Amino acid sequence: MRVAVLKGGRSLERQVSLRSGAQVEDALARLGHEAVPIDVGASFVRRVREVEPDVAFIVLHGTDGEDGSVQELLDVMGIPYTGSRPAACRRCWNKIDAKLEMRRAGLPTPDFAWFSRTAFAELGAGDALDAAAERLGMPLVVKPARQGSSLGVRFVAAPAELPGALVSAFAYDSSVLLETFVAGRELAVSIVDGEPLPVVEAIPLDAGAYDFEARYEIGRTRFECPADLDLADAARARDVALKAWQTLDCEGLARVDLLLDPAAGDVTVLEVNVVPGMTETSLLPQAADAAGIPFDALVGRLLASAANS
Amino acid sequence: MTIDETPSSAGSRPGTRHELERYAELFASRTQVMKSSAMRDLMAITARPEVISLAGGLPDTSTFPRETFDALMGDIGRRELARALQYGPTEGIGEVQACITEVMAAEGMRVAPEDVLVTTGGQQVIDLVCKTLIDPGDVIIAEAPTYPGAVPVFSSYQAEVVQIELDADGMRIDVLEAELARLDAEGRRPKFIYVIPSFQNPAGVTLAVDRRRRLVQIARERELLILEDNPYGLLRYEGRPHPTLWALDDGEYVIYLGTFSKILSPGLRVGWTVAPRPVLEKMNLGKQAADLCSSTLTQVFVSSFFAAGGWQAYLASLITLYRGRRDVMMEALAEHFPPEATWTRPEGGLFVWATLPDYIDTTDLLARALRENVAFVPGRAAYLDGRGGSSLRLNFSGVDETAIREGVRRIGEVVREQVSLYSTLTGAVPAPVPADRGAAAADVVDLGARRAQSA
Repeated sequence: MRVAVLKGGRSLERQVSLRSGAQVEDALARLGHEAVPIDVGASFVRRVREVEPDVAFIVLHGTDGEDGSVQELLDVMGIPYTGSRPAACRRCWNKIDAKLEMRRAGLPTPDFAWFSRTAFAELGAGDALDAAAERLGMPLVVKPARQGSSLGVRFVAAPAELPGALVSAFAYDSSVLLETFVAGRELAVSIVDGEPLPVVEAIPLDAGAYDFEARYEIGRTRFECPADLDLADAARARDVALKAWQTLDCEGLARVDLLLDPAAGDVTVLEVNVVPGMTETSLLPQAADAAGIPFDALVGRLLASAANS
Repeated sequence: MTIDETPSSAGSRPGTRHELERYAELFASRTQVMKSSAMRDLMAITARPEVISLAGGLPDTSTFPRETFDALMGDIGRRELARALQYGPTEGIGEVQACITEVMAAEGMRVAPEDVLVTTGGQQVIDLVCKTLIDPGDVIIAEAPTYPGAVPVFSSYQAEVVQIELDADGMRIDVLEAELARLDAEGRRPKFIYVIPSFQNPAGVTLAVDRRRRLVQIARERELLILEDNPYGLLRYEGRPHPTLWALDDGEYVIYLGTFSKILSPGLRVGWTVAPRPVLEKMNLGKQAADLCSSTLTQVFVSSFFAAGGWQAYLASLITLYRGRRDVMMEALAEHFPPEATWTRPEGGLFVWATLPDYIDTTDLLARALRENVAFVPGRAAYLDGRGGSSLRLNFSGVDETAIREGVRRIGEVVREQVSLYSTLTGAVPAPVPADRGAAAADVVDLGARRAQSA
């Protein structure tokens, strides 16, 4: 098959995407396919029409690849692609929409409040911040609604830190959410074609200050796969992840980020990523490997499921 | 969201062998401090052609006359090709050593050619000094902020870096003395003090003459070495030149770092050091191990350029060009940055250091600015201890005046957006524009309110 690998783009996660793309292209070549890399930009549609791919393999992180824009264009052009449909992408990319949907479905997700930039400018939302902070309690986490790789995510220990954290989050998006901080073990469950893979745990190496960028820096977080969990916790994590996948109507592949309260055994969903990292050391490929699916087989399987959809 | 490059080490199970894991077992412990970060990925985006980058430290090499280049290279081809393509001595070819004495003389330093070690850019001097002096855990004193490119060198030698805050007159010598006393009390002696005395990178400030004298005196009293990094000393746009630390000390405790990168071309990768003889000999051995010798071809180019005369005329043309660009950046900052911002007014060099209200994080600001296709260096890159989060470095030598105006306008716009948002969130009233805006900015600059602390 001729496979267009959609990668790069203009997002802040361009570098990660290029690395994911290179891995996927190598795997496709080993599987005997013709991989045609497309660095997604202004000539995207023209390039796709020139290439005439049988399938598009999407490893484009950030806005265009994750908010459904590229998927919608591929639908218009009649080209099958890996992963979720545009509507599911939109829901997952916007953490506010995803959490509202999960809450409606009765899935556990940390309590939150959300604000748009215009609400502060035109509706006096600043006066409601105290009430929101009081309801959610301290500490809390401030996140841009639509941004990956933990960029702009801030831990807020005291109310005085809240305005600065909001300024940072608004640097990435016009909407932000305030989320109750849930102390717990950080888990990720990757799902391929509706099948949850073994749980991965992210273990920060620096104790002390909670630093979200640490999750992104080599050597500051250790990842354990499969996570060292008792069977009931692992089953619960996979079950909740699968329910999130179903609720948000995901297809192909996704990674669900979860928190496990070790005392109560409660699992809560933070977010669902429809275009997870695909470098050989990213979490989804690690989890697949632990399930006995080597990287090339994983790529082959995602391709087959896209081609048959 | 994506989490990338996540080597698991202790928790890896037999049978799951990933690329990075396989090599990770082989990595030296010093690589653990070499970090890949979100900021680095952001910086990679600044290279997009549509981005006005005030982030680099680039001289404007488009000003070098093509006819001169053609003539020099043609001449080298006809007269010295075999030599230019051959290995050379580790210490550098004699003609370049002589050129270097000429450049140093222009800043009032008299040095013998044989006391010069030619290096592969000034960057190699920093590496060789660390290689010569630093064991893991040794203390280096640096400025706060310091040259972002020195940070990974210090880190890779596992040095502990103590950063001393600056003000408009450069390194605070009183703070330095307090830190030295503190280290004394802990029974620790720093190996060297790394300082960029003239038009500091990134802060743009210049170390005052009385502080230079005191710094040299401290080094003598305590028998400490100073690494004087002076890439921009000759790029002075106003005011009288200050004596270098090397000149004040007569080279006894000062290791001098010079480079042709900013006065001729960084692509040549020709820098140099002059150091106390025993130190220089060790650095020479270190250089032999690193690369045997610097490029003969580019050294021959430098010596031919000097032999043709006119290096000073080229330097003068750069000074005129960069002075104009600095002035444009000063005007643009005064026009477009909000009253809450302060910035330095450099008398030379390539950089302006701006500081914003402490609630603005300039790494996040860069993400926002990139959407407006403009880039700068977030201040955190210039610290090893997490400070500098509200500052940014702006370069005015690498792009033309129109781009400087437009770039500063765009950055000013996103800064104003954040200031206004913060005011909305807190009910704070934005500061009024000071009447003497711009003219007195250097007097109000605050380069590091927090106390210096070890990395």
